[in-house]
Amino acid sequence: MDKFTTLTGVAAPLEIVNVDTDMIIPKQYLKTIKRTGLGTGLFSEMRYKEDGSENPDFVLNQPAYRKAQIIVAGDNFGCGSSREHAPWALLDFGIRCVISTSFADIFYNNCFNNGILPVAVSQEDLYKLFDDAKRGANATLTIDLEAQEIRGPDGGVVRFDIDPQRKAKLLSGLDDIGVTTKEKGPAIDTYERQAAERRPWL
Amino acid sequence: MPPRTLYDKIWDDHVVDTQPDGTSLLYIDRHLVHEVTSPQAFEGLRVAGRKVRAPAKTLAVVDHNVPTSDRSKGIDDPEAATQIATLAQNAKDFGVLYFNERDVRQGIVHIIGPEQGFTLPGTTIVCGDSHTSTHGAFGALAHGIGTSEVEHVLATQTLVQKKARNMRVTVDGALPPGVTAKDIILAIIGEIGTAGGTGHVIEYAGEAIRALSVEGRMTVCNMSIEGGARAGMVAPDDKVYAYLDGRPMAPKGEALAAARRFWDTLHTDDGAHFDAEIRLDAAALPPIVTWGTSPEDVISVTGQVPDPEQIADEAKRLSKHRALEYMGLTAGTRITDIALDRVFIGSCTNGRIEDLREVARLVEGKKVNPNVNAMVVPGSGLVKVQAEAEGLDKILVAAGFDWREPGCSMCLAMNADRLSPQERCASTSNRNFEGRQGFKGRTHLVSPAMAAAAAIEGHFVDIRTWG
Ligand code: SF4
Repeated sequence: MDKFTTLTGVAAPLEIVNVDTDMIIPKQYLKTIKRTGLGTGLFSEMRYKEDGSENPDFVLNQPAYRKAQIIVAGDNFGCGSSREHAPWALLDFGIRCVISTSFADIFYNNCFNNGILPVAVSQEDLYKLFDDAKRGANATLTIDLEAQEIRGPDGGVVRFDIDPQRKAKLLSGLDDIGVTTKEKGPAIDTYERQAAERRPWL
Repeated sequence: MPPRTLYDKIWDDHVVDTQPDGTSLLYIDRHLVHEVTSPQAFEGLRVAGRKVRAPAKTLAVVDHNVPTSDRSKGIDDPEAATQIATLAQNAKDFGVLYFNERDVRQGIVHIIGPEQGFTLPGTTIVCGDSHTSTHGAFGALAHGIGTSEVEHVLATQTLVQKKARNMRVTVDGALPPGVTAKDIILAIIGEIGTAGGTGHVIEYAGEAIRALSVEGRMTVCNMSIEGGARAGMVAPDDKVYAYLDGRPMAPKGEALAAARRFWDTLHTDDGAHFDAEIRLDAAALPPIVTWGTSPEDVISVTGQVPDPEQIADEAKRLSKHRALEYMGLTAGTRITDIALDRVFIGSCTNGRIEDLREVARLVEGKKVNPNVNAMVVPGSGLVKVQAEAEGLDKILVAAGFDWREPGCSMCLAMNADRLSPQERCASTSNRNFEGRQGFKGRTHLVSPAMAAAAAIEGHFVDIRTWG
């Protein structure tokens, strides 16, 4: 998993509430055996027309946003099915940060397992960030995880909260497996030895 | 120590470490793996240069994608074939026991675990599949996990978890003839709703649960997730011990004696605290049919399709109107007047030998209604072999049922078995969501007995007075 420290990039405004995981990555993409390569399916029902060609109206198809690394979106981002294909698709497209007022639980968790920073901000700050984002490549945002702030193009600063454990996880780039192995390896060894005595039939 | 519930005991016994905020690292005794939710987890291990920590505690099988037609000559769907070949390769590379599509032990992951004696009382069991709750019938703590968690368990044999709350569902009394384990769990879901168990682990208790066979208890535990619960469980007893006797991976001899002593402690202590308690009277339960697109949309077979206008909450009223429209039903229609196009008997809810025996017993010497296409998909290769040894296949085929190879099949329609748009199906599976059994397909969840009778009559009938 890649570390997340500071990110400066273009933010794409996605002014939709309740963006669900079906919208992020529709079910025909779930038969894959990879986590990678899902970027082409990201938002596919909005991004492509029925004949498969690009829908020029969709934000990520517009020249200013084709290389966006940040999405600014409406309330309750990531609701619906638990599919981890949703964060995989975002990451594969190049999105490392999603900003909204709120996130669905499972999606929120899944982000941290994949090096994506979901940032929850107030409604007021979200409107401000939408304005910044609408200025496209002329107005990049800087997300500073260490300082817990978003710096806008005109010197505006939005502060955000984040659980310290989750912050540490992104900063270190250690996924849960890395953390468990590093910090709990000996405890697991001990547990296994003791359990083998208690329940030798397993 | 204060009195503890069955869940408390198994939880306590598996905690490796707990953080001040209550986040725990839970040791996992048994990990089941299938082809759809595992490829990315194995890929992750490979990329990071990690191994499977305890291959002997891991069992892999192919079930979701396999066709239920003859597969000795390979698999047509290229994407399914790739997912299957990938699991085979991963199992080989990481040293995990794997039952492939030609192995007689192959079958639905939640059927083969118990069948092999891999599922044992007092264990923690996970699988990248929500119906892992099935294994709770053995007095195990069993639940579904996401793909990152599958990878975490493969690498560390542990899972990061917060403890759930305790709920007890007590089913008193005796079931009337014709009413089954499936009706019990559908009634429970109807009672608590699909989110009623959220944040809880359910223990099923009471006379009616004790009276169920181990297979019946699996049916009940299987659908715990449809009630929103993380897991469901039943305290183990002599029936469970008898079921496990002689299973290939179950303990034997000395080890079994020691295991039994431990298993005997696996019950809720008197006075243990439950955060929620539900009681049902088995004697009052009818055979149940779902009418909508959520497993909580239940009604007695003697009832009528309910009228959403009676619902006060607007969002809920609209969603039930939408469900009726999707199902092509009108309020007030008698359940027994609903005609069927398809019948599906199988799945991890009701694809075991007792289910097939019940169906065969009911349809022997009768004929499937000419308007109905009915199929039976055994839950595993061993169930199929057993059924054939008992001659059940002959009875079913003579009655006009299609007798298939084992797998998940039309429970989720990831293979070729699926409903056509607007086709109506009586199904022994567990989900009636929109599109679950095929695009625009219409699913009614019922017990195997109710499905069998419906296949013969071409519409739902009250099994208590039928035949
Ligand atoms: S039979 Fe259905 S519910 Fe059971 S594991 Fe297969 S797809 Fe899931």
